[in-house]
Amino acid sequence: MSEQLKVSSSPHIRSKETTGNIMLWVIIALLPATFFGIYNFRDTHAWLLVIVTTAAAVLTEYIYEKLMHKKITIKDYSAAVTGLLLALNLPPTAPIWMGIIGSVFAILVVKQLFGGLGQNFMNPALGARCFLLISFTGRMTSFVYDGVSGATPLATIRANIEAGNAALDGVNSMDMLIGNIAGTIGETSVIAIVIGAIILILKGIIDLRIPGTYIVTFALFIGIFGGFVDGVGFFNVQYMTAELCGGGLMLGAWFMATDYVTSPITKKGQIVYGILLGCLTGLFRLFGGSAEGVSYAIIFSNLLVPLIERVTLPKPFGKGGEK
Amino acid sequence: MNKCTERLYNGLVKENPTFVMMLGMCPTLAVTTSAINGIGMGLSTTVVLIFSNLLISLLRKIIPDSVRMPAFIVVVATLVTVVQFLMEGFVPGLYASLGVYIPLIVVNCIILGRAEAYASKNPVLPSIFDGIGMGLGFTFGLTCIGIVRELIGSGKVFGLQIMPDIYEPVTIFILAPGAFLVLAFLVAARNKIMKRMEAKGKKVVKAQGCCEGGCASCGGCDAQVFPTGQEKE
Repeated sequence: MSEQLKVSSSPHIRSKETTGNIMLWVIIALLPATFFGIYNFRDTHAWLLVIVTTAAAVLTEYIYEKLMHKKITIKDYSAAVTGLLLALNLPPTAPIWMGIIGSVFAILVVKQLFGGLGQNFMNPALGARCFLLISFTGRMTSFVYDGVSGATPLATIRANIEAGNAALDGVNSMDMLIGNIAGTIGETSVIAIVIGAIILILKGIIDLRIPGTYIVTFALFIGIFGGFVDGVGFFNVQYMTAELCGGGLMLGAWFMATDYVTSPITKKGQIVYGILLGCLTGLFRLFGGSAEGVSYAIIFSNLLVPLIERVTLPKPFGKGGEK
Repeated sequence: MNKCTERLYNGLVKENPTFVMMLGMCPTLAVTTSAINGIGMGLSTTVVLIFSNLLISLLRKIIPDSVRMPAFIVVVATLVTVVQFLMEGFVPGLYASLGVYIPLIVVNCIILGRAEAYASKNPVLPSIFDGIGMGLGFTFGLTCIGIVRELIGSGKVFGLQIMPDIYEPVTIFILAPGAFLVLAFLVAARNKIMKRMEAKGKKVVKAQGCCEGGCASCGGCDAQVFPTGQEKE
């Protein structure tokens, strides 16, 4: 009799969602941005870079787990997501070996050495991007568009201000929305990214809490302080649009700040995290040394997640009364 | 094993200040951007360590227990000043590249740690060898880190170009994050080698408890304090 009863501890009802499922949807959601990037930079080897970087991430995970006699987890697609995100964060002119180094660093150092999926303390793709950014600054920040080297809109704004010109000279918000601009492979087209984000929201994989607070906080921050620093006046709509659509903000807010492992679980914590991200990104962009700030802001906030969670932990029912 | 050689072995392998005890992390991480810097830092610390161990061991019965720390600091600071002037006079290039980390040897926890843990309790000769062992262990650690960082970060070792021209230096390794990465990998490699030697049946002496092992072994002690029987029901 007792053999027929399954005795187990809770939970007894499980969702059909698995890590593999979720990661697969993330990949699907990233495809519009990926394909647009490959199309946008069709005169470079962007397509090869995307494939090799993703493959290198999966392969690294497989080899490491094989060597360490661990369970092979490449079928949950998390390594593929990491590789793809990293590829989308590389400039299209980056040499292939750089993508491979980045993938190996992301999977090996940032993810596996800390214990694999769920244990990594920062987003592996962004960790690798910053690793490459610090190591090969020149290659990571030189962009080519249509065969000519072109500055990203954010770099143009910054150069304009340093040269004393009007901040928005040569910046076309419409091009930024569609993505006909220089930049990393995946970040240029806001529309493609938002299509992916809508897929994820409709599937219930991400919610608006982190990206919403992130983007709103950043918009407010840049609206207020951009007036001081860049001299464009308070809440200059064109300037704010350029800052919102430019750089890695959209890709970062929708796909990387929402990474389950490195963002807070608590609802209040997610809002705190989003606000923190917005302020840090604004700070780095306006006052920092480079025109970009999203990747550093996200990595920095990743490190603060345990603290945020500790502060915002909800009280168990019945523990909220007398002190 | 002879007391003196035992001290050397202890400093170089068993309780290597860099890889086992994790002492003196500030110079370890900061100056090891090249192999030559690592050796320079290590050797100057060794000199100070040998003489401070010698002097403190000689004075161990005179220094009152209540003011031993200030007394140690005075001895060490004097020696460091001497070393600093000598370096400035004879190796100005190295002196310039080590910068503020030479005066900071005064507060290096290896030196104070050895004075406190060993030299103030033991006779002169073993103390000197303890200083030599610990100093060489520190030099060895710093040089290893320096070689790896310089090789990956600028393609050179001791200033000689090793990597072919097409190799693109991974600059992060000569910046601060690289120091942490390299240190972590080298510690992991050391532990792996030690484990393998143990598995082969070679006798590997383990570092002793809290009092001797310093900071690194504190985590281990905590684990021992709590009874583990309850968890294995």
